[in-house]
Amino acid sequence: MTEAFVQEFEARAGTATAEGPEWLEPIRRAAMERFARTGFPGPRDEEWRFTPIGPIAQGTWRPATGGAGEVTREQLAPFVFGHADWTTLVFVNGVYSESLSSIAALPAGVRVASLADALRSDGAFLEAHLGRYAPVSSPFTALNTAFMAEGGVVHVTANVDLSAPVHLLYVTTADAGGTVAHPRNLIVVGRGARASVIKSYVTLAPGQGYWTNPVTEVAVAAGAWVEHTRIQRESESAQHVGLTHVEQQRDSHYRSFSLAMGGALARHNLHVRLNDENIETLMYGLYVTRGEQVADNHTAIYHDQPNCRSWEVYKGILDGRSRAVFNGKVFVKHEAQKTDAKQTNRNLLLSDGARVDTKPQLEIFADDVKCTHGATVGRLDEGARFYARSRGIPAAAADRLLTYAFAAEVVDEVSLAPVRAELDRLVLGRLGGL
Amino acid sequence: MLEIRDLRASAGDKEILRGIDLTVNAGEVHAVMGPNGSGKSTLAQVLAGHPAYQVTGGSVLYRGQDLLDLEPEERAQAGVFLAFQYPVEIPGVTNAYFLRAAYNEIRKARGQEEVDSMDFLDLLEEKLKVVEWEPEIMSRAVNSGFSGGEKKRNEILQMAVLEPRLAILDETDSGLDIDALRIVAAGVNKLRRPDNATIVVTHYQRLLNYIVPDYVHVLSSGRIVKSGGKELALELEARGYEWLEDAVGAAS
Repeated sequence: MTEAFVQEFEARAGTATAEGPEWLEPIRRAAMERFARTGFPGPRDEEWRFTPIGPIAQGTWRPATGGAGEVTREQLAPFVFGHADWTTLVFVNGVYSESLSSIAALPAGVRVASLADALRSDGAFLEAHLGRYAPVSSPFTALNTAFMAEGGVVHVTANVDLSAPVHLLYVTTADAGGTVAHPRNLIVVGRGARASVIKSYVTLAPGQGYWTNPVTEVAVAAGAWVEHTRIQRESESAQHVGLTHVEQQRDSHYRSFSLAMGGALARHNLHVRLNDENIETLMYGLYVTRGEQVADNHTAIYHDQPNCRSWEVYKGILDGRSRAVFNGKVFVKHEAQKTDAKQTNRNLLLSDGARVDTKPQLEIFADDVKCTHGATVGRLDEGARFYARSRGIPAAAADRLLTYAFAAEVVDEVSLAPVRAELDRLVLGRLGGL
Repeated sequence: MLEIRDLRASAGDKEILRGIDLTVNAGEVHAVMGPNGSGKSTLAQVLAGHPAYQVTGGSVLYRGQDLLDLEPEERAQAGVFLAFQYPVEIPGVTNAYFLRAAYNEIRKARGQEEVDSMDFLDLLEEKLKVVEWEPEIMSRAVNSGFSGGEKKRNEILQMAVLEPRLAILDETDSGLDIDALRIVAAGVNKLRRPDNATIVVTHYQRLLNYIVPDYVHVLSSGRIVKSGGKELALELEARGYEWLEDAVGAAS
């Protein structure tokens, strides 16, 4: 169905949805041409070998066209959390809704806007960053880049502390059925600045089949601190293929937490490039699947320079006949001496039908490094189960408690308390309470 | 309180308990001693309902009820408590949460109202004194990263909160330094009441200097080979277990 996208691209060219600064069109067009050349990944593509993209590649997808008029703030209430002074940008079926969003008083030096607005008013800033980080080598990223028009832009200038998080909330409605949205987010945090950004992908129509194809670029300048939380709760009939690409500079700290609970297929790529020395990167993930869901996490960390530390823990809880894929790449360049990289993937199977494909992939060209990885796939610990039961906790409750504990161990790593509490609530809700 | 008759149990193909008889009345403390591999820890775990062991014969009556017919959680709800030799670490759940969950489940099973976290904190404050502990321990994950002594203290704290009728202490003294031993034993003594009973499973006599038993039983190869008063423990300390095993060997 590659041709359909090319036709749509040409049809859009020159219309309002495709407008933007002059520099943008060549970027979009190059991405389109690239996608037209490659098409969707084939079965032999190692990067996509375990990812069932058939429903996407063979599907017919209309562009998502909003529909905020039918959505009320009350309907969004279950997805909005934290304090009243948080900025929340709301996107309905891929299109920004000003009336549903709330933009709090932001500190001087902070700009939060929809991509469409930013393209109109802040073209020079975007030119320096948009599409400069995420490579279009993946067909999905190429497609997103070709159609990028909507999304969230967060810019925190040097030495500013954005104490209240920014929440980018993507919600779909029943109108989303059969559509594809290509949200494009840009997060730029200046030297010595601090920011926390949350992205949520949620639905008001749990049975709808639609496709979300987001790309988020994150630029973390020297000495900056960024916490980035992703909450993926799409319809369990939806397709979600996302990329988050992060570039970090000297002395910066980036921490990511990714919760994946929705989607028929939910794939997330997280790529982090460490461009200078003394960088710290923490990547935490939790996927909770059931039924026939497939949760696929591909992470890649590029240790290009010496004296950096990366720490990664992804955990999965699988029920029913669901499947998970974890692929964790760690690249350590020849010059990246004293790299300290640790990767862990742990999976808890709650049923006989669930399956996990886990693959650590370390490519190390430096000789003075500490790089470790480990992967486990197992059941609830019988010893712990008996311990809880011997204290009066019934078997089913003990199982929920231990499953929750398995998840909590990684949720606890989120540094902002209200975000942690929300993640905790979501996980508990999914596990059926305690 | 507890009547064990000809209790037999195996782990897989291996028979470990080979006919245990033991009666424990309210208000009593019984010590079960024996060399490694004699089956004393198995006895403790079988009474708590550990799924790794199959009961192959005999009966256990607990307050008139068939104990072996109960699930582990039902035993706990009925007032049986096992202090584990190796308490299990549960990262991700705080000590406070775990203990309140257990406390409330037991209350629920007895038709009592559950307590909220505030009321539970008040209760905890009292119980922490039993093991001379500060409240900070409650916000740590269950046994996670605890020292050996802290784990054993935590068992006694749980016991203090859950107020069992029958407490079984499985090698509670193992791995404890003298201060921890004193605190743990003092905790157990504070919890002694005329209407509850305690079984102390131990290899060494040392613990019995602090928790003084009414009866001492010696286990060997899955059977009780000798019972006596507290002086039996001292004799074992002086003479070891071999003379008993030899005597049993000669008799059989």
